[in-house]
Amino acid sequence: MRTSLPLVVAEEMGADWSRVRVQQAHGDEVKYGNQDTDGSRSTRHYLMPMRQIGASARTMLEAAAAKRWGVPATEVKAINHEVVHDASGRRIGFGDLAADAAKQSVPSVESLKLKDPKDFRYLGKGEIRIVDLRDITVGKAQYGADVRLPGMKYAVIARPPVTGGKLVSFDGTEATKVSGVEKVMEVKGWPWPSKFQPLGGVAVIARNTGAAVKGRDALKIVWDDGPNGKYESVAYRAQLEEAARKPGLIVRKEGDVDAALKGADKVIVGEYYLPHLAHVTMEPPTAVADVKGDKAEIWAPLQSPGGTREDVAKTLGIPEENVIINVTLLGGGFGRKSKCDYALEAALLSKELGAPVKVQWTREDDVRNGFLHTVSAERIEAGLDKNGKVIAWRHRSVAPSIASTFAADTVHEAPFELGMGFVDMPFEIANIQCENPEAAAHTRIGWFRSVSNIPHAFAVQSMVGELAHATNRDQKDMLLELIGSPRLVNLSSVKDLWNYGEPYDSYPIDTARLRRVVELVADKGGWGRSVPKGHGLGIAVHRSFVSYIATMVEVSVDDKGKLTVPRVDTAIDCGTYINPERIQAQIEGAAIMGLSLAKHGEITFKDGKVQQGNFDSFPVARIDEAPLVTNVHIVPPSPDTPPSGVGEPGVPPFAPALINAIFAATGKRIRALPIGKQLEA
Amino acid sequence: MIKLKINGQEQSWDGDPDLPLLWFIRDEVGLTGTKFGCGQALCGACTVLVDKEAVRACITSVSDAVGREVTTIEGLHPTGDHPVQKAWRDLNVPQCGYCQAGQIMQAAALLIQNPKPSRDQIREAMAGNICRCGTYQRIENAVHLASTGV
Repeated sequence: MRTSLPLVVAEEMGADWSRVRVQQAHGDEVKYGNQDTDGSRSTRHYLMPMRQIGASARTMLEAAAAKRWGVPATEVKAINHEVVHDASGRRIGFGDLAADAAKQSVPSVESLKLKDPKDFRYLGKGEIRIVDLRDITVGKAQYGADVRLPGMKYAVIARPPVTGGKLVSFDGTEATKVSGVEKVMEVKGWPWPSKFQPLGGVAVIARNTGAAVKGRDALKIVWDDGPNGKYESVAYRAQLEEAARKPGLIVRKEGDVDAALKGADKVIVGEYYLPHLAHVTMEPPTAVADVKGDKAEIWAPLQSPGGTREDVAKTLGIPEENVIINVTLLGGGFGRKSKCDYALEAALLSKELGAPVKVQWTREDDVRNGFLHTVSAERIEAGLDKNGKVIAWRHRSVAPSIASTFAADTVHEAPFELGMGFVDMPFEIANIQCENPEAAAHTRIGWFRSVSNIPHAFAVQSMVGELAHATNRDQKDMLLELIGSPRLVNLSSVKDLWNYGEPYDSYPIDTARLRRVVELVADKGGWGRSVPKGHGLGIAVHRSFVSYIATMVEVSVDDKGKLTVPRVDTAIDCGTYINPERIQAQIEGAAIMGLSLAKHGEITFKDGKVQQGNFDSFPVARIDEAPLVTNVHIVPPSPDTPPSGVGEPGVPPFAPALINAIFAATGKRIRALPIGKQLEA
Repeated sequence: MIKLKINGQEQSWDGDPDLPLLWFIRDEVGLTGTKFGCGQALCGACTVLVDKEAVRACITSVSDAVGREVTTIEGLHPTGDHPVQKAWRDLNVPQCGYCQAGQIMQAAALLIQNPKPSRDQIREAMAGNICRCGTYQRIENAVHLASTGV
């Protein structure tokens, strides 16, 4: 985004990109509008405003030049960082015009003439490199943890091991004896459900992070585990699965699913389970705060600068305009850094110490005290008629909701979770019912890249594979038959339909686009090609963040159950786009994150505590297990197709495509993630 | 008093000799290109060269580096144009970029030991370095490019 959005301004303005410098704005929603980098919406929401900003600047530069030369504005044109007057051959650089241009009145949005896309020099081309590329490769790029202020203290915090737990007492005697440790102090915590507020605990303040960590190891703390002290994953899974076998709140109903299932020739049932996941951004949460009197300044990797400013102000009891938010580079976000608890901790400590403070979360803190991806049981019953046509579809999804982090007693998925591949399931089936039985949360649940699309797409697309097998049909043919005719899906039966914040009319579910990505990936990936023994092909498609993505995976499973991925193909239709090279990068990465969660990802609880702590117990995919090649096929946008998401949509179809491929290779159907050792049996 | 050389410059330390080199480099010397990722030698974000060998600075103590030559990403090449750095830019490897300094240092160490690694050797040598954005395909290609020019 630091490259793409400025590139849009430069494009419309007629600027020369090689002379553009990008300066990161402070977090200021009043001035700039929403600056969040989450929800796969930055391009979707800002492509047009950035074009308008660029066009305004261009118009003002042209007006200033026309005035200087005494010619009509229609005779001059901004080209490559200068305004030229063809008739006289005169030209002036943008720099010389800037002061005059700034005095021009800002044109109305209606009066702006946007560039014809066929004249674009940068947009849609993918030839521009990210602005931080060189700094990243030489170690100069500044992330949150890299901020250093004079007199800054380093802090790590011991937080309650159980969500909702409280500090009873602590003894910091040994900790303060550690070389480099300066102070041990309590951090205020908020009662469960604590939203994005700090969990509280004991902070160790030191002259460097290493000393703070060593000091923390020497703390003696007594905790009260509170209401979630009995959270236990094996029992909780059984509870979710049991709930999925019973009727729940009906959130979509078309036709009569009960009757259709009763009258079906055959009913296929699939029960799926997906565990909690941790974000494990390579840069664990970290923030620097400098609080002086009623003023605060924050430096941190933040996906939600505006929300952070508001929360810092509230937490410190100072006016929002007294809070300056400096957004650093993010060392990975994936939704974790949309929740600013780490910045609030730094603010509280700085206020109390009267000095700048850096709070650093360790990897164990990140895994044990984060905002986890939900845990989910999904159950689908599909009824087939005599001809093998699917006539009934009942899907139950049971998962604790992100809303539980804000409101106690939340037991249902929120509209923004139900709308992620569950109630918006696009298949053309006469009788459809979606139900959401109750599930209470016992830890902090948060947005994780792709969010509820992960379990929903896993269930729906795994079931397509199961149906293909049950009816002895090709996976892709089965998938296209279920998607049905090219049409705009009518979802009027869904109350409170959530469509990624977009009006449904502007971004309807277009099954022609869904079919196109399936056909494109099948064509480019060579669907149906013969593969060596032990290999298999799998396919899945999913619409999320209003984009359409199909993934095809070739897997190889050896006789010991060892899994490798020789090839991945993904087709994406994300409407109008800015930088296809970065779309490709995002999709390559999504395959790795999909592989991580399919093979390894699982956070479990015992006695209310997370049992994992670091990359040994919560592994993620490494280079030696990465797909040998991931090919990305981008659907060229038709005129006026609005932009849609890229960051998240690549993840959901990966795991079911992989699982369908494993079935093709081995005949084993994986219904619970992670795969772990299931293939070794 | 401990003395060691970082990027050719003499540094001294009279604090805890067991302090992980990572925190000495970042917090005491102020070279922040070397990153913290796990603290347990599991992710490779903190990889630096010690006498031309890749080590994880998070589990190496300052005293272990006494009298040795430590090279961080800032000191890999005077103008930032080491073949690995150039290959990284040519192939647009980074996404968030946080792990990349560690990846580059690991790749540079590999090429010192084995100037022409095979694809399998690249994957094996780089397997200790995690990238959560998933830039592995490009990392592999960039190491290959740096070693072969193609």
